[in-house]
Amino acid sequence: MTPAALSLEGVSCTFAARDGAPGFTAVRDVTLAVEAGEFVSVVGPTGCGKSTLLNMAAGLLAPSSGHVRAFGEPLAGLNRRAGYMFQAESLMPWRTALGNVMAGLSFRGAGEADARALAMQWLQRVGLAAFGDRYPHQLSGGMRKRVSLAQMLVLDPDIILMDEPFSALDIQTRQLMENEVLALWQGLSTTNAAMAEPAGARSAAPEQAGLGPSGAASAPSRAVRKAVLFITHDLDEAIAMSDRVVILSAGPASRVVGEFRIDLARPRDVAEVRSDPRFVELHKAIWDVLREQVLAGYQQQLAKA
Amino acid sequence: MWRFIKPGRRNLRAWQLVLLALLFLAWHVLTVPGLVPHFLFSDDNQAAFFFGQPLKVLDRIGHWFFVDADIYRHLAVTLWETVLAFGIGTVLGLGMGLWLALSPLAAAILDPYIKAMNAMPRVILAPIFAVWFGLGVASKVALGVTLVFFIVFFNVYQGVKEVSPVILANARMLGANRRQLLRHVYLPSATSWVFSSLHTSVGLAFVGAVVGEYLGSAQGVGYLILQAEGSFDIDTVMAGIVVLTVFALVLDAIVGRVEKALMKWQPQAGESEKV
Repeated sequence: MTPAALSLEGVSCTFAARDGAPGFTAVRDVTLAVEAGEFVSVVGPTGCGKSTLLNMAAGLLAPSSGHVRAFGEPLAGLNRRAGYMFQAESLMPWRTALGNVMAGLSFRGAGEADARALAMQWLQRVGLAAFGDRYPHQLSGGMRKRVSLAQMLVLDPDIILMDEPFSALDIQTRQLMENEVLALWQGLSTTNAAMAEPAGARSAAPEQAGLGPSGAASAPSRAVRKAVLFITHDLDEAIAMSDRVVILSAGPASRVVGEFRIDLARPRDVAEVRSDPRFVELHKAIWDVLREQVLAGYQQQLAKA
Repeated sequence: MWRFIKPGRRNLRAWQLVLLALLFLAWHVLTVPGLVPHFLFSDDNQAAFFFGQPLKVLDRIGHWFFVDADIYRHLAVTLWETVLAFGIGTVLGLGMGLWLALSPLAAAILDPYIKAMNAMPRVILAPIFAVWFGLGVASKVALGVTLVFFIVFFNVYQGVKEVSPVILANARMLGANRRQLLRHVYLPSATSWVFSSLHTSVGLAFVGAVVGEYLGSAQGVGYLILQAEGSFDIDTVMAGIVVLTVFALVLDAIVGRVEKALMKWQPQAGESEKV
């Protein structure tokens, strides 16, 4: 059996407090696996440690206990097979859109010309071919998110981590972006072979990323879709996009309290799928579990205030 | 008629020039002996003795630049000192700021010393520098460096400390190693802070050069002023001050240009773009 693309095994995370006070436990004993090609969303009330979970998956944060594995291998430091799309602005403001998309490639040692060509291709794919020479402050919020998306996908990661990437966008832009992400994600699988053709540099990037023999070994599995771990507080978004929705309890010390398989047909349109009777059914079932947690989280916030 | 003269955005420059002319006129009227009866001094000539006369000052400047053409050498020396002090101070401040911001332990150890050196009135070091480096260019540069260094240092230190953690995490996820982080994240972020302090630091480099010259030198505009002062030649002192002021304005304008060219990635308030 092939190992999951990403697995969190009984991870807990406790943040040390300053003056000897007991630390703050964000998540406790969470076990979660994302298969290769699977799109998993994590929903939960605010402050339940969703981002903490993602940071541990990325290797930006070491779990206090438990293990994180990427394709069966325990993480040491950063998760080199993952791309991360942040909630906040993450583009380098001193680089143009094109420069930002090129950044990862040049960090990993790709040649200037190759990186430029590949980055241009990806800017085209997210609809920003004409905006390559703009600086982030000259782009709209939605455009900046597209650049971030291209910046991550140009590196061809096997695992995609997204932390409420569209929460700052207005609802129309947001639905557009959601559909685009789904299309790219599905396109990545079906046209994978075709896409590998145009850029010789394409193969250079993952090799530079330190994917040793194991990366080569998983070559057959590269035909499948990328694994996605998507964090959101928006249940509609989670159901519309995912194969599976995982519910976290209210913090502190969040744990997994529910898991639902979303058996809606793909490809989906995130706006249309909402009127699907199955969607409504799933939404009700998940909301029944989530509501309790949201209320609990709200009570806690009131108590603290 | 009043519609055209009324101060507004349009004729700002004209009004500034009018104000300058009025200042010179007042200066002229109040200092030329015998033009108005003396009211502050006991003698018609004293006003001119203490404040100089604008026409003589202009005449002096004209001689410096056109008739004798002997000020260029002094200006070049002062400029050279300013540029050296600015360059060395900036590089040292940048390096030190990056180092201390990235190694908190060193910063903690050096903290009281940095505070002490910053609090010290550093102009007082000028005599020591004169002893160490002689009366030539080096002692002026040293003084300028001590002034520039701290401005740049504190700005870089702050700049590195305030690098957005998200941008940093993102760069790491994109595969940047420590050196690449320094080169592509910390340094650009820090330089934006350096540029925001550029006007101040160029100004201070200039102050260092002139004060150094004034305290002891054989050339430079500060030296000209020092010499004139020795012979109570107020007109020449005033002329030196005018030249220095104009020169400082020119430097500032150049800095503004450079800043605008290099910081084009930064948003400017109310900026709109022609597509």
